[in-house]
Amino acid sequence: MKSQNIDKNFGSKLGMWLFLLTEILLFGGIFLLYAVYLSKNRADFHKASQNLSTIVGALNTVILLTSSLTVVLSIYYLKESTKKTAKIFLGITIFFAFLFLVNKYFEWGAKFDLGIYPNSPVLLKKNPGEILFYGLYFVMTGLHAVHIFIGIVLLSVMFYLVEKGIVDKENFIKLENSGLYWHLVDIIWIFLFPLFYLVA
Amino acid sequence: MKKAKSTAKHEENYLEYQGKHKGIFAWILSTDHKRIGILYLVSMLIFFLVGASMGVLMRIELIAPGRTIMDASTYNSLFTLHGVIMIFLFIIPGIPATFGNFVLPIILGAKDVAFPRLNLLSWWFYIVGAFLVILSLFIGGGPIDTGWTFYVPYSIKTPTNVIMSLFAVFILGFSSILTGLNFVTTIHILRAPGMSFFRMPLFSWSLYATGWTQILATPIIGITLLLVIFERAFGIGFFDPAKGGDPILFQHLFWVYSHPAVYIMVLPAMGVVSEIMSAFSARTIFGYKAIALSSMSIAIVGYMVWGHHMFTSGISDFSRVVFSLFTYLVAVPTGIKIFNWIATLYKGSVDLKTPMIFALSFIFLFCVAGFTGLINGALAINVHIHDTAFVVGHFHYAMFGGAGFVFFGALHYWFPKMTGKMYNEKKARLAWLLMFVGFNLLYFPLLVIGWMGMPRRYYDYVPKFTTGHVVSTVGSWILVAGIIYMLINLIKSCRNGEKTTMNPWGGTTLEWTVSSPPPLENFEKIPRVDHDPYNFKDGKVSP
Repeated sequence: MKSQNIDKNFGSKLGMWLFLLTEILLFGGIFLLYAVYLSKNRADFHKASQNLSTIVGALNTVILLTSSLTVVLSIYYLKESTKKTAKIFLGITIFFAFLFLVNKYFEWGAKFDLGIYPNSPVLLKKNPGEILFYGLYFVMTGLHAVHIFIGIVLLSVMFYLVEKGIVDKENFIKLENSGLYWHLVDIIWIFLFPLFYLVA
Repeated sequence: MKKAKSTAKHEENYLEYQGKHKGIFAWILSTDHKRIGILYLVSMLIFFLVGASMGVLMRIELIAPGRTIMDASTYNSLFTLHGVIMIFLFIIPGIPATFGNFVLPIILGAKDVAFPRLNLLSWWFYIVGAFLVILSLFIGGGPIDTGWTFYVPYSIKTPTNVIMSLFAVFILGFSSILTGLNFVTTIHILRAPGMSFFRMPLFSWSLYATGWTQILATPIIGITLLLVIFERAFGIGFFDPAKGGDPILFQHLFWVYSHPAVYIMVLPAMGVVSEIMSAFSARTIFGYKAIALSSMSIAIVGYMVWGHHMFTSGISDFSRVVFSLFTYLVAVPTGIKIFNWIATLYKGSVDLKTPMIFALSFIFLFCVAGFTGLINGALAINVHIHDTAFVVGHFHYAMFGGAGFVFFGALHYWFPKMTGKMYNEKKARLAWLLMFVGFNLLYFPLLVIGWMGMPRRYYDYVPKFTTGHVVSTVGSWILVAGIIYMLINLIKSCRNGEKTTMNPWGGTTLEWTVSSPPPLENFEKIPRVDHDPYNFKDGKVSP
């Protein structure tokens, strides 16, 4: 019976890793676009990147990295059968995720105030490379934000399942897989941050 | 609910099982891989018939030069929808989702796939995607008219309902990814004790290769279609030269998926052919490892050939030469398979039942597809025949003659297992004959007139192509007659066919060791496997 459970966990994890692979490839297609357009428009990318706030980007990086730690701690404490601490760390993770989105909201909002959004008259007057840079910026960070949002939903469901005792120290694979998903969201951001904020 | 009187204990089979849901819900909410397989089969055949009727309408339009029954824009929508329906709703999910679902767990000695609920979810994604495709015909700007390749800039400029169609394909891609993910995991963790990778039947090998391709290629088309949707909705400019973008990049991204997708369609068919060849020659498959590994190498090399769709799009000479070379390389593992199948026949006791006839005709038709494929892959010739009816002919020989014929072969092969009834052999053979004759009449003339210069996707043509088009259109009628006759035969046999036994074909793989139709949980006790999958001795099944 026990070996069967291990097999099942192995299966769930394998499935999750395969799914994460598809996520990486999904972003891979658009990273490819980035690579091509960067190589064609180095100067424009440099110029456009200077207008992004490195501080806000760095702050969001710190927030996400810390949230990756807290989700791991949550799994750790669940396994140690301290359900309450596990829930606290899970809550902190969700809080950080929201914080990230709030930051993003203000960052995008500031750009909109300057009249910079896809197909805007202000943007269309800029060089082609800058138009592409901002196009990539909005699409990639937007797609990433959608993933953050999905992560929030996922982690909230996990919070509920831990509360109900459906996910516990015997049966933690769901939480572990959600944690893997959260790390993926984190890793993608780790690539997005230098590509947009530090490329200048 | 029937009850067997004579036997002391009647094992409930999957068709009789009464779960907590009743009526149709017992099917559309079932997580049993066998029921999901049947769900896919029925829904897919319906869309196949829809797509086929569109094909027939197009052929009627082409029977004479000039306008015959429809105007040019209707024709544009028809060939787009024919492509979208046939490719994304029939041939890509095709064999894996139907027969893979039904057979894979049994053939591995498992009770179900690794993630049964995910399996049901992927069918629902399929249905939602299909629903959106149909819905896109009636709302917004009307049916999409870009061709199934959705090339920019036209797909960004056309007023037709592109966004919804692309979103539908995006969802269908999700369904395909989940199926692939499920199968790869199933093959890794649910093989019966003793069944090593090299003791797996070749059908599971081909599903394994297909699964990886689904996982690794489909996300690319997902993001590509999303980008086109964003382009239409927000005008970002990724593919618009006026804003610095590059339309050729769309073609790259599109074919990075869509060429491997050809192998998603054909690899499972090759797996089925391996099963049928062995069973109906009553002989161990020749070159088991070579066939298994060639599936994997087709999947790998298949990634590196997408550029051959873009020989005339303006890519560099160097990359054209490299892509042409890799295209030739794909022919090698394919050739290995074909020689191995033929060698399997040697000294076997060949039994020409319907599945075997379908499999043998697959080899013939797929050779035509392969050789015309090599002609297409030759750089210098490709420039002349690019976007002609020659390509259409080649493509249909590969997809319909390849994957399609095997789909119907597999349908006959596993029909007794699925239903517990036997189809009418004589009628099935007649149906095959009609289909085979009709198929060649339909598509061979396309190769000829394409070579002479008939472009693809044109609803009008110069009079010198008339003969070819007339023959082709007549062929389409014969083909469709054959398909309908075949389906009627099968549907009638579902009701009135003779009861069949556990192993009507003398196969040696595990699905023939359970009753027909299989019991709810497939195996009472998980079997132990201590021999190779095709365990024939002297043309007979060894005990």
